[in-house]
Amino acid sequence: MSQDNKKVTTETTGHVWDEDLQELNNPLPRWWIWGFYITFAFALIYWLFYPAWPIANTYTKGVPGLNNVTYVATKVDGTQETKTTHWNMRSKLMVEMNELHKEQKPYFDKVAGKSFEDVSKDAELMQFVNSAGKTLFSDNCAPCHQAGGQGKVKFAPNLTDDYWQYGGTYENIQTTIVGGRHGVMPAFKAILSDAELTEVSHYVLSLSGEPHNAAAAKLGDAIFHGDKAGCYACHGVEAKGNIAMGSANLTDKIWLWPDVLGAKTPEAKLGEVKTLIYGGMDKGVMPVWETRLKPEQIKLLTVYVHDSLGGGK
Amino acid sequence: MPNNADKSLYQKHIPIVTRSVKGQFRTFKTAVMLLAYSVYFLLPWLPWQRVSAASQAILFDLTTRRFFIFDLIVYPQDIFWLAMLLFIAAALLFFVTGLVGRAWCGYFCFQTLWSDLFIQIEHLIQGERPARLRLKKQDWNLEKVFKISASHALMILVSLWTAITFACYFSYAPSFVTDFFSGTGTSGGYFAVLVLTVLTYMAGGVAREQICLYACPYARFQGVMYEADTLAVTYDIKRGEGLKGRTIPIQGLKTHEERVAAGHGDCIDCGFCVQVCPTGIDIRNGLQYQCISCGLCIDACDNIMDSVGYPRGLIRYDSERNMASETPHAPKVMWKRFKVIGYAGALLLMTSVLFYNIGTRSDTEVNVQQVRQPLFVLLSDGRVRNRYQIHIVNKTETEQTYQVTVKHIPKDALDMGNIPEITVRAGKALAVNAKINLSYELAEKTHEFEFEITQVSTGEKMELETSFNSPREHD
Repeated sequence: MSQDNKKVTTETTGHVWDEDLQELNNPLPRWWIWGFYITFAFALIYWLFYPAWPIANTYTKGVPGLNNVTYVATKVDGTQETKTTHWNMRSKLMVEMNELHKEQKPYFDKVAGKSFEDVSKDAELMQFVNSAGKTLFSDNCAPCHQAGGQGKVKFAPNLTDDYWQYGGTYENIQTTIVGGRHGVMPAFKAILSDAELTEVSHYVLSLSGEPHNAAAAKLGDAIFHGDKAGCYACHGVEAKGNIAMGSANLTDKIWLWPDVLGAKTPEAKLGEVKTLIYGGMDKGVMPVWETRLKPEQIKLLTVYVHDSLGGGK
Repeated sequence: MPNNADKSLYQKHIPIVTRSVKGQFRTFKTAVMLLAYSVYFLLPWLPWQRVSAASQAILFDLTTRRFFIFDLIVYPQDIFWLAMLLFIAAALLFFVTGLVGRAWCGYFCFQTLWSDLFIQIEHLIQGERPARLRLKKQDWNLEKVFKISASHALMILVSLWTAITFACYFSYAPSFVTDFFSGTGTSGGYFAVLVLTVLTYMAGGVAREQICLYACPYARFQGVMYEADTLAVTYDIKRGEGLKGRTIPIQGLKTHEERVAAGHGDCIDCGFCVQVCPTGIDIRNGLQYQCISCGLCIDACDNIMDSVGYPRGLIRYDSERNMASETPHAPKVMWKRFKVIGYAGALLLMTSVLFYNIGTRSDTEVNVQQVRQPLFVLLSDGRVRNRYQIHIVNKTETEQTYQVTVKHIPKDALDMGNIPEITVRAGKALAVNAKINLSYELAEKTHEFEFEITQVSTGEKMELETSFNSPREHD
C-alpha cells in the first residue's frame, strides 16, 4: 500500500506485519454462522433416517421404522416377494423400478390385448414397442443375435433380413421365442466320398448364382436328389428349405453356417460349403424363453423382431 | 493486541428502519411496483382460448413439457430460445448498468419490490420510522404484540399469495387454487407453496438488505460494469462539504449565501438520506457496494433542499468523471461509449434473431435417424435394405396426419410397414420405422436420397436428406 494512501476507512483487526501490512476486518454477518450450526443439527437428523457411519464391516442404518422402504422384488424363478429394509440406494432404486413397471403395465396390457397386426398398425403403440423391445432385446437376445439383431455368421441368424429358417410370420416368430429351436444337419463324411462332396458343394453354390463348376454341379444335382445322400429330404426338391424343420433355403443370397459371402475366392466359397456338408452342424441352438419371459414380453418381442428389426413377413 | 481482544469476528445484524419519503424516484418505484405486481398477480388468471390444454394465457405445463405463452407454444426442442433469452437478459443488464448503474437492483429486482412492499406494510401498521423505533425499544405489551404480529401476519399472507400465484403459472390457476384451499391439491403443489412462502417471507420480511449484501451475485458483479461515465447516485461532496465541512443550520448559517461566506457546504447534516436508505448506508461516504441505487436519498435530500431554500441536486444521478471535472456539465446519460454501443448492438442482434426464430418456426418438426446396427442388410433376393427412424413433432393445436414418400429413388423402395399414414396428436411427437430396399446395382450408386413428409391437411412438404449405406463402402 502506498504511503500517501492513508484514507482507508475500513476497520482493521489491528494485526500489523512488516510495519504496514494490515489485516482488514470485514466480519461475517452473525446469521451466517447460525446457518453453519444448523448444518450440524441437520447432520444429526440425517443420521436418524439414513445409513451414515461405517463401523467395522457394517454401518449404522438409521432408526428402524423411521426410514423403512418396502418394495416388490422378482426372484430368478419369477416369483415375487415383498421386502422391507432400511433406506438405501438399492431399495430406493427398487421402489423406482416398481413404479416404472406400474407405469409400463398399461402399455404391456395394450400389447397383450391386441392382435399382432393391430399392434403393428398402431403408431403410438409401436413407439412403445420400439423402446421397450430394444431393452428386452438387449437384455436377452443381443448376446447371440447382436445389439441390432444383425446376428453373426456361423453363430446366430440375422433377424433384420427377410429370410426365416423357421418362418417369419408373427406366429412363427412367437413359437420360436416361446419354445426355442435346435437346428441340426448331419455329417456326410461317412456317406459321400471326397469327390462327391465337392460335386454336391458345386451344386449348392450354383443354386444361388455363386461361382461354380457347371459340370461338377450337374453331378452334384444327382447326388442332391439321390437317395444315397438324400439332401432333398430336408432341403426340399427345389432346395428352398422347409420352415417346419428349419432346413435352410439354398437358393437365396443368405448364408448362415457356411460363410460364402465372406469368402473372397471361388475355392474358399467351395471350401466353406464342403466343410459344412462334411462335418454337419449341431450349433443352431436357441434357448426356451417361455420360462424366463412373461407372455406379454414375448408378444412385444415378437412384434419388435417382426416390425422394428424389420425382417418379418 | 490486547485492545482488539473483545472484537467479534461476527457482525450483529442491526435491523434497518427506514423513513418513508415522497419524490420523483419514490413515485417511479411505486409505479414500477404497481405494474409489476399487476402483471405478476393477475397474469395467471388471464383466460385464453386453447384446444389442447387448459384455457390459460400463460401456462408452463411441465407434465406435457409445453410452455404456453399466449398463442405461442414452446416445446423442449426450442430450448435454445432460453439460451437466447438469457443472453438478452444478460446483455440488457450490462447495457443498463453501464449507462445508469444498478437500475435493475433499485427499481425492478424482486428482492427490492417485495422488501419495499413489506416495509410499507410495517409503515402501515406500525407507523413512521420514529414510531417503529420506539415500538422496537419498548417492552412487550399488548400494543407491541398486536402491531408486530399483525404486520408479520400480513407479510406471511402476501408471501402465501405470492407463492400460490407462482404455482399458478405451472398449473391451471382456478382449479389449483380451489384444490389448494379445499385440501385436495397435490403434495407437490403444497410443498412448492410452502417453500416459496417461507422463502418470500424470509427474503422480503426478515433478511431484506442482507440478501443484497451477502447473497446476491448480481449485486457483486454489477460493480465492474461501472465506468467513469456511468450515472450513479452521487453526493456532490464539493457542494455539500464546502471548505469547512457540513454543519447543521444554526443561527447565521441558514441561507445558502451565509453558508458559502462562512465556508460551509450545503449539507445541513439532517441525516434523512441515511434514514430513507433501504440498505442503511450513508451515501455521503461515496459510492458503496451496498448501494442499490434506488434514488430514495435523492428524493429525501431534494425535499430538504426545497424546505431550506437551497437548489436541488445535492445528491443526484451523476458520473464520476463529471464530479471530478473542473467544468462540470449538467448530468446526462453518456451513451457514446464503445462498451454501451457494443452491448446495445449485441442486444439488438440477439433480440432480432430470437424474434426471427420464433416468427419463422414451423408447425412441424421432422428429423430422420438412420439405424446403424447394422448399417445395411442383404436380403435373400440380393437387394440391400437400410432402416430409418422418422421423428415427427406436431406443434399445432390439432391432430395431424402425415405421409412419407421418397425422392431420388424409386417410390416403391419405401416400406413403412403397417403404418402408411402417421397420425400425431396435438402437441405430441411420434417416431416411426421406415425401411428402404434397393436393388444391389442401385444401392451401389445411391449415396443420398430424401424423405418427403407431407402434412395432409395443409399439403406442406418437408424434406429430409439422409444417406444410404451399401456393401460398396465397406469392402
